[in-house]
Amino acid sequence: MNAQTPNSFRNQPDERGHFGQFGGRYVAETLMPLILDLEQEYRKAKADPAFQAEFDDLLEHYVGRPSPLYFAPRLTEELGGAQVWFKRDELNHTGAHKINNCIGQILLAMRMGKTRIIAETGAGQHGVATATVCARFGLPCVIFMGATDVERQKPNVFRMKLLGAEVVPVTAGAGTLKDAMNEALRDWVANVHNTFYIIGTAAGPHPYPELVRDFQSVIGKEARAQMLNRIGRLPDLLVAAIGGGSNAIGLFHPFLDDASVKMLGVEAAGHGLDKEHAASLAGGRPGILHGNKTYLLQDEDGQITEGHSISAGLDYPGIGPEHSWLKEIGRVDYTSVTDKEALDGFQLLCRTEGIIPALEPAHAIAAVKKVAPTMGKDQIILANLCGRGDKDIFSVAEHLGVSL
Amino acid sequence: MSRLSNAFAKGRPALVTFVTGGDPTPDATASILDALVEGGADVIELGMPFTDPMADGPAIQLANLRSLGAGTKTADILRIASEFRARHPEVPLVLMGYANPMTIRGADWFAAECVKAGVDGVICVDIPPEEDPELGPALRTAGVSLIRLATPTTDHARLPAVLEGSSGFLYYVSVAGITGMQQAAQASIDEAVARIKASAAIPVAVGFGVRTPEQAEAIAKVADGVVVGSALVDLVAKHGADAAGPVKELTAALAAAVHSARKGAL
Repeated sequence: MNAQTPNSFRNQPDERGHFGQFGGRYVAETLMPLILDLEQEYRKAKADPAFQAEFDDLLEHYVGRPSPLYFAPRLTEELGGAQVWFKRDELNHTGAHKINNCIGQILLAMRMGKTRIIAETGAGQHGVATATVCARFGLPCVIFMGATDVERQKPNVFRMKLLGAEVVPVTAGAGTLKDAMNEALRDWVANVHNTFYIIGTAAGPHPYPELVRDFQSVIGKEARAQMLNRIGRLPDLLVAAIGGGSNAIGLFHPFLDDASVKMLGVEAAGHGLDKEHAASLAGGRPGILHGNKTYLLQDEDGQITEGHSISAGLDYPGIGPEHSWLKEIGRVDYTSVTDKEALDGFQLLCRTEGIIPALEPAHAIAAVKKVAPTMGKDQIILANLCGRGDKDIFSVAEHLGVSL
Repeated sequence: MSRLSNAFAKGRPALVTFVTGGDPTPDATASILDALVEGGADVIELGMPFTDPMADGPAIQLANLRSLGAGTKTADILRIASEFRARHPEVPLVLMGYANPMTIRGADWFAAECVKAGVDGVICVDIPPEEDPELGPALRTAGVSLIRLATPTTDHARLPAVLEGSSGFLYYVSVAGITGMQQAAQASIDEAVARIKASAAIPVAVGFGVRTPEQAEAIAKVADGVVVGSALVDLVAKHGADAAGPVKELTAALAAAVHSARKGAL
C-alpha cells in the first residue's frame, strides 16, 4: 500500500480558515483585503528561517524561555493521586504566556511595514505584553480596555502607561473584554493602512486563531521535550484554563496526535453554570462574533450575553474556534470550575508550593484538585501555570474579606 | 421588475435611508419609517439591532442599545417589516445588520422570514464573499437580494468577487471606517464610483459619513444612490418617539437634493 498521510488533529484549519464548521473570516469588507494580506505574509514568515530565528532569539533572551517544567511535590502529596507537574509560563517576562504571541505578532507587523499597533485587553496581561513589545521595538501602541476592567485592573493600566502605551477606556456595553474588542476592530477599520491589530487570544478572523496558536505552541513543544528528557515519557493528562483559549491551545496542540495524552480545558463557571458564568462551551451555542464562528454565550435571538468570572482574563463570551472543534470531535474534554473553586485553587498553590498563581490558572489548579485524586500515583498531570498572581492579590483579598 | 430595481430606474439618483429597528421602541419605528417614505426616500434600510455592532460609530451603537434596551426581538423586526410592507406595497425594504442574529436560527429560516415579511434585500456587515455559504445561497434561493459592501480597500482584483452573487445594488462605503464619522473627499468618491460602475451591472449607492443635503447632492452627481443613516438616527436619539416630524423634514431636504442633483447637468 502506498504511504498515506496519517490522520492528524494538527492539520487544521483548512485553506479557508475553518476548523470543521468553526473559525472562518467574518469581518467587514474593509478588513478583508488586509486579512488576506496577513495570511499571505504569515505563510511566508512561517517558511522563513530568519523569521523563526528572530522569534526564537527573542523568546530566549528577552522573554526568558524555555520556561521551567516543575514537579509539585507537596501539592501532589496533598491531593494523594497523580503526580502534578507545572509548565511555568508565569515566569516569563511580563508574568504570563501572553508575551509569546506578542513577540510573534509584532515581528509580523514590522514585516508588513505597519507602523502603529493596537490591541484589546481584559485583565490587562495582553495589554501589558503588547505595550512591552511596542516599547521594545519603538512602535506607538493603543490599548483598548473596558472601563469596568480599567477600574478593577489599575496596576496593569499603570504598567501599560509606564511602557508608553495609550490606554483607551471603552464605556460601550458592560465595559469589559468584548466591548474592548469591538472598539479595537472599529479603530482597525478606520486605520487599516498603517495599523496592525495584535489579537491576544486564539480567536478572531483567520489567520489569527492559527498564528496565535502557532506562536503559543512553544509552550507545548517545550513541555513535551522537557517531559521526555526528564522522565522519558509523556504526561497522561494536560490541564489548562480557557478564556479565549490561547494558553490551552499552546499547550495542547503539540500533543494532539499523542493518543495516550488526554486533555482537559477548564472554563470559568463564575457563580455557577445556572447563574452568571463565562463557560461558552458548557453554556453556549455556535454563533458568529468578532470574525469567527465558535461557541458563544447568547440568547435565542443571537444577542451576545455578558460573561462573568472572578478572573477578568476569562470573562469573554466566546472561545477560540479550534477549541470548539476539539470539543465537537471529542479530542479534548472540557469542564468548568466556579469562582469559589478557583479561589480555593489559588490558595492551595500558594500554601503547598510557594507559588502565587494568577486567577486564570487557578481555574486549572481547581480542576487538577478534583481530578488528581481519581488517578493513580504512577500517572502524570501537566498543568499550565500561564500567569503569576501579583496582579490579582487585591481582588483576591476583597473576595476573602481582607482589607489591605 | 423588482421593487429595488424600480427604485433605481426613476431617471434620477435614489435616496436610501437607514434607521435602527426598535429605536427608541418597537412601536415607535412604524411612524419613523412612514416619515422616511413621506419625506421621499426611495429605499428603506431597517437596522436589525445587535449587542456588538462592530462596524458602527457611536450614533448607531447607541441606537442598537436603545432598541435592545426597549426589548426589541428579531420577531419585532420582522413584524415591523411586514406591517411596513402592508402599508407601503411599492417601497423597497432592506434589512441591515450582523451575521449572528441573521443566521442563529439557520440561513434558510431567515430567508423564508424575509420573504414572508416582504423584505427585498439583506445587507450583512460581517459576511464577506469568502463566507458567502453562510447566508448567500439561502437568500438567492428565496429570491431576496444580497446587497454587498465595497470599500476603499476593495481593489480592482477583488471587486468581481464582491459583485458575484450580489444583487439589488452595491453599497459603496466611501471611507475606510465606521458609520457616521468623517466623510471621504469628494474626489476620491468620484474616482471610486466611476471605477466600480465600470464593472458593476447593478446600481451603486454610496454611504458612510453622508449627513447633509449638500454632501448628498455632490455624491448623487456621480452615484446611482446616496445612503444616509447616522444623521437620521441622531434625530431619533434627540426626539425619541416624536422623531417622525424632524425625520420627515431632513428626509425631504435630502430627497430634494439627491433627486435634483443631475438636473443642471442634463
